[in-house]
Amino acid sequence: MAMIAVWLKIDEERAGQALQEAEEQLGNVEGEVALDFSSVRRIDPSALRALEKFAGVADDRGIKVVLRGVDVGVYKVLKLVKLGSRFSFVS
Amino acid sequence: MATSEVVQERVQISLAAESLSEERIAYLERLVSQARSAAAVFTQSTQEDVDRIVKAMALAGLDQAQPLARLAVEETRLGVMEDKVIKNMVATEFVYNYIKDKRTVGVIREFPERNLVEVAEPIGVIFSITPITNPTSTVLFKCIMAIKTRNAVIFSPHPNAWRCCSEAVKIMYETALKHGAPEGVFACLESHTLQDNAYLMRHKDVGLIDATGGPGAVKAAYSSGKPALGVGPGNTPVYLEKTADVNTAVTDIILSKTFDNGTICASEQTAVIDDQIYDLVLKKFAELGAHICSEKETKLLARTVIDPETGFMQPMAVGQKAADIARLAGIAVKAGTKLLIAPIHGVGREHPLSVEKLFPVLAVYRAKSVDEALKVCVDVNHAGGLGHTAVIFSRDDEVIRRFGELMNAGRILVNSPGSVGAVGGVYNDLAPTFSFGCGTGGGNSTTDNVNIYHYLNIKRVARRTQAHMWFRVPNQIYFNLNAVENVRQFPSRSTIIITNPALEKFGHVDIVRHYLPQGTHVHVSVIPDAEPEIKVVMQGVEALNFYQADQIIALGGGSVIDAAKIMKLKYESPDADLEELAAPFLDLRKRVVQYPTEKTNRARLIAISTTSGTGSEVTPFAVLTDKARARKVTLADYSLTPDVAIVDPQFVMSMPKGLTADTGIDCLTHALEAAVSSYASAYTDCNAMQAIRMAFKYLPVAYENPRDEEARLMMHNAACIAAMAFANASVGVNHALAHAFGARFGVAHGRANALMLPHVIAYNASVPTKFLPSPYQKGYIAHKKYATIADLLGLGGHTIDEKVKNLVVATEQLLDQLGFPRSIAELGISKEEFERAMPELTKLAFDDPSWRSNPRMPLMSELADLFWKAYHGRGPAKAAGATEQQTSLQQSA
Repeated sequence: MAMIAVWLKIDEERAGQALQEAEEQLGNVEGEVALDFSSVRRIDPSALRALEKFAGVADDRGIKVVLRGVDVGVYKVLKLVKLGSRFSFVS
Repeated sequence: MATSEVVQERVQISLAAESLSEERIAYLERLVSQARSAAAVFTQSTQEDVDRIVKAMALAGLDQAQPLARLAVEETRLGVMEDKVIKNMVATEFVYNYIKDKRTVGVIREFPERNLVEVAEPIGVIFSITPITNPTSTVLFKCIMAIKTRNAVIFSPHPNAWRCCSEAVKIMYETALKHGAPEGVFACLESHTLQDNAYLMRHKDVGLIDATGGPGAVKAAYSSGKPALGVGPGNTPVYLEKTADVNTAVTDIILSKTFDNGTICASEQTAVIDDQIYDLVLKKFAELGAHICSEKETKLLARTVIDPETGFMQPMAVGQKAADIARLAGIAVKAGTKLLIAPIHGVGREHPLSVEKLFPVLAVYRAKSVDEALKVCVDVNHAGGLGHTAVIFSRDDEVIRRFGELMNAGRILVNSPGSVGAVGGVYNDLAPTFSFGCGTGGGNSTTDNVNIYHYLNIKRVARRTQAHMWFRVPNQIYFNLNAVENVRQFPSRSTIIITNPALEKFGHVDIVRHYLPQGTHVHVSVIPDAEPEIKVVMQGVEALNFYQADQIIALGGGSVIDAAKIMKLKYESPDADLEELAAPFLDLRKRVVQYPTEKTNRARLIAISTTSGTGSEVTPFAVLTDKARARKVTLADYSLTPDVAIVDPQFVMSMPKGLTADTGIDCLTHALEAAVSSYASAYTDCNAMQAIRMAFKYLPVAYENPRDEEARLMMHNAACIAAMAFANASVGVNHALAHAFGARFGVAHGRANALMLPHVIAYNASVPTKFLPSPYQKGYIAHKKYATIADLLGLGGHTIDEKVKNLVVATEQLLDQLGFPRSIAELGISKEEFERAMPELTKLAFDDPSWRSNPRMPLMSELADLFWKAYHGRGPAKAAGATEQQTSLQQSA
């Protein structure tokens, strides 16, 4: 069954894995998916890679990805790797 | 830097991406992408995080110093294993010691007294080229610097040092990763080509190129369009001056020149030795294991180690032992010979051994004098060593100073070895490094020993500073009736009274003379009753010199007091150039021209004002008339302020009505302009506001009834109080306009001010077209200041707009009461004449320093507009008012 506006919470400790799981759910999503980053204070390279991959898959499927509660340090990392423009951000 | 590297690097970098395979590009892109992610993630690390990682890396480098050195020698066939161990240890231990307590994350330095904070911003991805000569030590050094500064590095080692360098990168990377550095923070190109380098140098995600190598690498780095740290070859002269400690000098040079078989590019290449110690030095070299070549041997050596085609050193000699090089050249030397000493007689292509030689061969030159020695050192410095390193051994500070001035070298080392000295942290306090910046002489961007600060963008957070202000007036001001009696307390041997003919005639001079202490020799110098000209001033100075005056009493209006101020200046400092001192300035404290502080003579200046307007008795200003150029020259400096001011109304009781009005409006203009000045402060406001109140109340009375003692007293005090305000807050655009108009049309200053005043109040109260930068004020407040003045005067009004309007009306009413013309046209100046004068008027007004403190910056067009408003004039007072823009200012208020 297709879902609209899926809401997924990303845990800092297992961000990479959580994003991988989220990516698996993208097949059931239409329109928009929201990832809650409010508990992520630092992001590591593997999570970054997973996020980039997630963005790619979402793009391919025409799904808008919204990141919520992104820490400003993490936001800067996304800007530095030029990922910022691929997401919408809400506080 | 070895010649082979130089030759290889001459390949055009334009071969870049187009000759790379897709597979290779994908590989390079992957490296950059990983490094970019690592650098981005690394921005989240704290100072504690990086310090922990750096310490672990330094320890790992120390632990692996010997294996890495061994690997480097095996692979490169250059240098001395034991010395490379030392290099690896310096690159880790010394570098760590230098950086361990330095902040590289967040706020790195604070300057509270300057309200400045420096904040570190990493560069991101650094592409680093490393040399064959110092392979592993350079890698260790750069890895530690990169982690300390939260950067990622992609290394491109010299092809003949790839194995040892990649091993060094691996050790550093694994240690860093283990202690919390992000994945991908270091990478080492595999079997790279120059095309790889060119591709990476131009990659959009590479933030900085750090090229340690020969001129080719450096040039390629700087040509890439990226920020680059390119450091290159040297040709170090070493001067052994006759006062040198020969034992120390020779030992240090041998140590330096044989260290790692001379592969450090800062090592000595040509020793220039004073004739007096030449034989002794060579004897010492021989004693300590050097071989002194004969002329024939020198030729053999040159033929062997220098390429006759290029004039550069032969690659096969780089980093080899002295004995091996001698054998190659066919020179018989003792076993264990450390260094080959080759006497030369000049520098340049005809003297092949005068170039860089990264092996244990040292050219020596016998100099007949210090001048000759310094010239030869300059020649060596310019023969491929610009910006790099120069060394001197001497005990003569003057020679050391001259050497330092003559050498174009980032490192000028005194009484210490070149190679190990330049590395820093061992023989001196230079930053430990394996990259020597050579400045523009070497085609580099820095002369520094490259260090952590070159791996950072240093951001400066500059807070708004609370500018220092001041309130400076004469130490002593005596006021009220008979205040002139106070002159008796100032002892003087020779006093000159400067005054004008009328005051002498009225008997005012006799009053002053009466109160001077007995025994004072008094001379009276009468000057014309007009703004002073330079001729008049110089005549006064002659009198001061003739009578050797120790006191000047200026008795008169602004013209007399201004003349006395300038006479005192020229008397005390005869060389003062008035034309130069009148140079324009924006900020009194930052002016280009400084007033003289050295005094040939000294004289006390007592100013007794006989008009109630200029307030010159307490101000640091003096105005000279430049008749030749129909302009007024304003001098401004607190050294011009009189020492004593006497404000005694008995001298103004006989002022005619016209002068009372003119000077009174001058006083009011001073106060109004000081009140809204961008230099205004609470100290000047209290004076300005009080003077405005007094002028509005007592000026009409003094004008109508000149014998009214209270009105005269109050206006005399008001003029002085207003002057105390504008002496510190300055005036504004009204004065700029009045100066220009007065000088061009010969109109009295007070009258010229009066013609402009209502228009200027309305102008300053409206929204500025252009704000004037001012660190002294927060926001635009001129309109509010005017409203406050209206309140003080009890003019009524509920809004700022109404209050400003009422102030304009009240000012116009006052001007009407005092009989001032309402327009310039009323003075009989035709419109055509005024139009013709307009370009000159606006230029003069704009050049006038008075408006620099005006709250609103006047545009030339606005000055013209104000002139025209004054020309057409104000209407009857009741019709006057503020401009339409005031409404929006009031709303914003």
